Amino acid sequence: MSKKYDAIIIGGGHNGLINAAYLAKAGKSVLVLEKRHVLGGAAVSEEIYPGFTFSVASYVVSLFRPHIIRELNLAEHGYSIIPMDASFQPLPDGDIGLCRWGDASRSRREIARFSKKDSEVYGEFSKIMTHMAKLAKQVIDHPAPDVASINPKELAALLRMGKVFKNLGPELLQMNTKLLTMSSADFLDLWFESEVLKGPMSVSGIIGTFLGVRSPGTAYVLLHHYMGELDGAFRSWGFSKGGTGGVSMACANAARSFGAEIRTNVDVSCVKIKNGKATGVVLANGDEIESKIVVSNLDPNRTYLKMIGENNLSPEVTSEIKRFKLRGSSGKVNFALSGVPNFCRKREGLEFMKGDIAIVPNVDYVEKAYDQAKYGEFSERPYINIVVPSLTDPTLAPPGKHVMSCFVQYAPFNIKEGAENWPKLADKFGDAVQNTIKEYVPDIDSLVEHRQVVTPWDLQERFGLTEGNIFQGELTLEQLLFQRPISGYAKYKTPIDNLWMSGSGTHPGGGIMGSGGELSAKSILNEKAI
Amino acid sequence: MPIQTPFHPRTSEHNKNLSWKDWGGYFAANSYDVVNDFEYYAFRHSAGLVDITPLFKYKVTGKDASLFLSRLIVKDISKLKLNQATYCCWCDDRGMVIDDGTVMRFGEHEYFVTAADPSYSWFSRFVKKLDVQIEDITDSICALALQGPTSREILKLMCDADLDNLKFFWTTRAKGDGFEFKISRTGYTGDLGYELWIKNEDALKLFDAVWNAGKNFNIRMSGIAALDIARIEAGLVMNGVDYHSSLHALIPEQMSTPYELGLGWTVNLDREPFMGQRALRAEKKNGSRWATVGLDINWPDLEELYNKHGLPPRTAAGAWRQSIPVYHPQHTTKQIGYATSGTWSPILKKNIALATIEIAYAEPGTEVNFEVMVMHHRKTVRAIVGKPQFYNPERKRSILKNKR
Repeated sequence: MSKKYDAIIIGGGHNGLINAAYLAKAGKSVLVLEKRHVLGGAAVSEEIYPGFTFSVASYVVSLFRPHIIRELNLAEHGYSIIPMDASFQPLPDGDIGLCRWGDASRSRREIARFSKKDSEVYGEFSKIMTHMAKLAKQVIDHPAPDVASINPKELAALLRMGKVFKNLGPELLQMNTKLLTMSSADFLDLWFESEVLKGPMSVSGIIGTFLGVRSPGTAYVLLHHYMGELDGAFRSWGFSKGGTGGVSMACANAARSFGAEIRTNVDVSCVKIKNGKATGVVLANGDEIESKIVVSNLDPNRTYLKMIGENNLSPEVTSEIKRFKLRGSSGKVNFALSGVPNFCRKREGLEFMKGDIAIVPNVDYVEKAYDQAKYGEFSERPYINIVVPSLTDPTLAPPGKHVMSCFVQYAPFNIKEGAENWPKLADKFGDAVQNTIKEYVPDIDSLVEHRQVVTPWDLQERFGLTEGNIFQGELTLEQLLFQRPISGYAKYKTPIDNLWMSGSGTHPGGGIMGSGGELSAKSILNEKAI
Repeated sequence: MPIQTPFHPRTSEHNKNLSWKDWGGYFAANSYDVVNDFEYYAFRHSAGLVDITPLFKYKVTGKDASLFLSRLIVKDISKLKLNQATYCCWCDDRGMVIDDGTVMRFGEHEYFVTAADPSYSWFSRFVKKLDVQIEDITDSICALALQGPTSREILKLMCDADLDNLKFFWTTRAKGDGFEFKISRTGYTGDLGYELWIKNEDALKLFDAVWNAGKNFNIRMSGIAALDIARIEAGLVMNGVDYHSSLHALIPEQMSTPYELGLGWTVNLDREPFMGQRALRAEKKNGSRWATVGLDINWPDLEELYNKHGLPPRTAAGAWRQSIPVYHPQHTTKQIGYATSGTWSPILKKNIALATIEIAYAEPGTEVNFEVMVMHHRKTVRAIVGKPQFYNPERKRSILKNKR
């Protein structure tokens, strides 16, 4: 038997690496084990085709907590985000579409083509969301208080949260209630009249969720995404230099600089549990490594059912974890292109394409896309969020060539043919995406050199995201805060002593925030668990 | 990216300084020359020409137009006579100012409204079942301001309007050589001056006619920087600088009422209900918390501070817009307000500022303390509180009856 570590972290995604960095910084001996040959989990850059680097899964960054960057010196370790300026929505029938810019007057003119009122209300909406996001950040940067506890610490935390709400004042408190309960489409109806404008705005409420823009509760997810626009700058959504893997690499470098050890190509089969306590991990090859604590960066489903195993869980916990909703609803299609895919030849230059491009001409479009998904089909005309990061970061593709990342929703994990048949459907799915894009970029077929289709099944098999859920569990109200992943175990703990969690399946959730990794590590250190 | 106004072919020719600012999504010349003093002096000694196209402009028509505007605006607009103009502001239902602007009556049922912010959405909320049409003409009507003592003579040379009899805050139609336009005797300089409104297509005809007529009257292009000096001297507050629209303010502390802005004179309280009436009535009765005042900043005090360092006194070049603390008359650590903009007044030879201060210290003649930074050290100098309006020449309102 080899060395005994203070902590073993299962899974080298960004949260696992952040967790390792914080623990190592506190002087603990830390080992990170990653199953794949590359680090980063879903925040990964890979040269899939020679010369073309894809952000294979997650593709834009904004919610990453600024204090983590400071506390771990991530900028020194290569963390570098290039901001995105524009947000473009192409429209069919030769219309020049709608582009929203960092320049408020310019956006106003663009929106006024569809609704003069909306163009002016746009700023008021941002104002309200600023207030709301301010509140959400208060909630994000602390572990979720336990509402069932009478422990004075928990009560104090609850009180602090209550105070934040109280300070909102009646008007904003009402708004908050609406945000938590309404559908994203209904919520936007409170302000806007243009179905075109509401299209790309409403989809922020359904990303990674198996719900439609008219399903109640989706307004919260809208806010979750809106926070990114507010972290210091309006356009703080950005590309990580060198692809999203750059974020993970910076986290890994930071962790190593503090002394953490990181191994790739190591498959953990389960957590070693003795008398209800975790004592280390068992590898697929039979080797065992001991540690004082184990931190699982895997999703709740894998952590509980695979790493712990049903035998070590009570029936209540088992059934609750099985009801934890994952329901992957999206896929990715990544293209290697021989030239620029021009989404609007009527517009001058390419600036309008340097942010994200949203294929969602109106609200009905995306609701229709959801209709198909409800009954087990992928959307024939899906919502696609496209970025061409090589326009901004030329290191990603050979000169003159481009990488195009397409986030596609809906692609339900539980397809009617059966999830395991996704590989057979991958090409058809890729064609649906390419054909949808062809309506805006007629010459797309001739530009495609390579196409990588990442189905929800692939997200599960390759990245370990059960049912292909990109947030390690849906961001719906019943699975947030003190209920994430399940009530009673929302503070990064599990029913097994010395086994902790840190992934986006924990509070506050996904979106490359880094909070799961950070708050988990801080909880471990606070409790002097090692 | 800002867009160009219809006058851009001419203004860009004049703009040797290549100094442009974003004003409401348009390119606006900040100053036409590196040394921009003369652009200011033109307002006071000859005539300065400013492209004011970026103002937001609305045409309000319909049988209920008077009723509609009177409900929306703190002033009773229905009292406005044909061809008359008025300065006013409008509030939310808490009596907090949203914007200020000018309303002109061009017909029994036709008004023209200017605003600093986009206002279509706000105005539209009050249309309801009224017979009112609001047309945003910001992008189809352009405008020049010609301000200064020789402005009347210049205009008389290039159009047929009876300018000798046109009173302050009145408007008239005018014909030039091959184009028609409207003239209002309004402006943002507190001097004799006019604003000329014309459809985009005829922009250059108007510009050239004014420019040619002005050649013998020392006409100059003036930028926003020069305008800023003049409007501070005239005590005219600016949305986004001296106050913040309640639609954009994040917290109540950032909002202001008309009384607090010194715009109480624009409020007609006792009439049919209008937006903010209840709150403004209560404020009128109970008193305001803040007042907008002018500060005459003590020059010898400043001289002395600089003298200690062996330096002659100096002020910022042109107008400034930072927030500067204003302190209690005796206790120089107790803050009682803040200045929002200020300038060295070239005509008054005074260091002046517009400030928001607690009402208790707003009485003219009160001596307060004003923060200055001298050689990297924060100090205070004395300042005398007065009305915001520092400069108000007789020619601003005078008319030349029966001269011809």
